Amino acid sequence: MTKIDSRRPESVLPTPSHTVGPFYGHALPFRGGEDIAPLGHPDTVTVHGYVTDGAGKPLPDALIELWGPDPDGNLPTADGSMRRDPASGGFLGRNGVEFTGWGRVQTDANGHWYARTLRPGARGRSAPYLSVCVFARGLLVHLYTRIYLPGDAAVLGADPLLSGLEDARRDTLIAAEEEDGTYRFDIRLQGEGETVFLEFQ
Amino acid sequence: MTLTQHDIDQEIAARHAAYEQRLADGGPVEHQPRRDYAPYRSSMLRHPQQPPVTIDVGKDPELVELSSPAFGERDITEIDNDLTRQHDGEPIGERITVSGRLLDRDGRPVRGQLVEIWQANSAGRYAHQREQHDAPLDPNFTGVGRTLTDDDGHYRFTTVQPGPYPWRQHVNAWRPAHIHFSLFGTAFTQRLVTQMYFPSDPLFPYDPIIQSVTDDAARQRLVATYDHSLSVPEFSMGYHWDIVLDGPHATWIEEGR
Ligand SMILES: [Fe+3]
Repeated sequence: MTKIDSRRPESVLPTPSHTVGPFYGHALPFRGGEDIAPLGHPDTVTVHGYVTDGAGKPLPDALIELWGPDPDGNLPTADGSMRRDPASGGFLGRNGVEFTGWGRVQTDANGHWYARTLRPGARGRSAPYLSVCVFARGLLVHLYTRIYLPGDAAVLGADPLLSGLEDARRDTLIAAEEEDGTYRFDIRLQGEGETVFLEFQ
Repeated sequence: MTLTQHDIDQEIAARHAAYEQRLADGGPVEHQPRRDYAPYRSSMLRHPQQPPVTIDVGKDPELVELSSPAFGERDITEIDNDLTRQHDGEPIGERITVSGRLLDRDGRPVRGQLVEIWQANSAGRYAHQREQHDAPLDPNFTGVGRTLTDDDGHYRFTTVQPGPYPWRQHVNAWRPAHIHFSLFGTAFTQRLVTQMYFPSDPLFPYDPIIQSVTDDAARQRLVATYDHSLSVPEFSMGYHWDIVLDGPHATWIEEGR
């Protein structure tokens, strides 16, 4: 039965997850999904990397979603990530002014992805980070992780998640700075150097 | 060695029996599939081997994962929820209306959030270049829809009944007919991508993807209910499918959207 009586809590049970499969290409990716930062914003950072499987092989069909606060740590509330053209039904893309904080990018044939967003600000007790959700064919339930940007060791050291991890595992959550404002963050689904994935309770 | 349906059937049965044994030993009901479900071969190299690290959201209400991206009228067009009107002509197939509510674990409606769907056409073929199945493409059907939930959490789509399709994991592997759904809640922790099935599909026992949900009651929650009151006279057959998002969320805030 899939009519849920919302007045009876015992009948309100979660809908199970399924894999995104290989054929989401017309539905989920959209023009400018990876260009989250408003045009020319001085706090823009580029994050990029590969998604690899347990054999070290890059995934050409993974889908990454990023969600993060603005540089002051505020939660974005603007919609308009995938603005549509009412005439053609196509994508207009973001307006380049508002910051929606959310983006979506598919890995390319080499298993590589990138996004340009605003450097996240700190919130609560955490060091600044971008929240990441990974989907792929073969992945029956999506995976959450976080991208912490390197820099202030004291701030990273005080982060409640990072401070509870062994060094090697902790390092999988901290991006590597390549040049000014560009960071490398690989996502290893399985095996050596496996990325730390999160569950929320 | 060629992998047969019989091989997969045995693996599915073994996984199901192992779950029943865990339950009998006092284990928890598993509402979600395990990521390492070998009968679905693609999961083998793509699931983490380390257990996930648990974040107790009660300790920090400021976590960005406790909020969700926003979507609005700018992000959809008026005909996005009618997959039969997106081309010059009518797609081939049995027209269906699929509707239901998007709820959180407390039974509260998720309002103004984005629901995205995609599916094969009535012949069981996706409009995707990597698709190898040689069933006919339909020039009048892309199989993609979007909508925002209303104030009661309702969504509604008009589309055509998707066909089942073969997928080559093993000899004679067929996916039961399904519609893929992508959903957002009030928190990023509630994100869900899943598939909706149709009642009484004879392919259910053979499909390792639906069987990856080893709990019988949980698996039933993926199957829509035929709803005659949703059937539109002289036009479409109606199916009802309510969706409940798992995952913690912040204390509910009336968003007025
Ligand atoms: Fe499919």
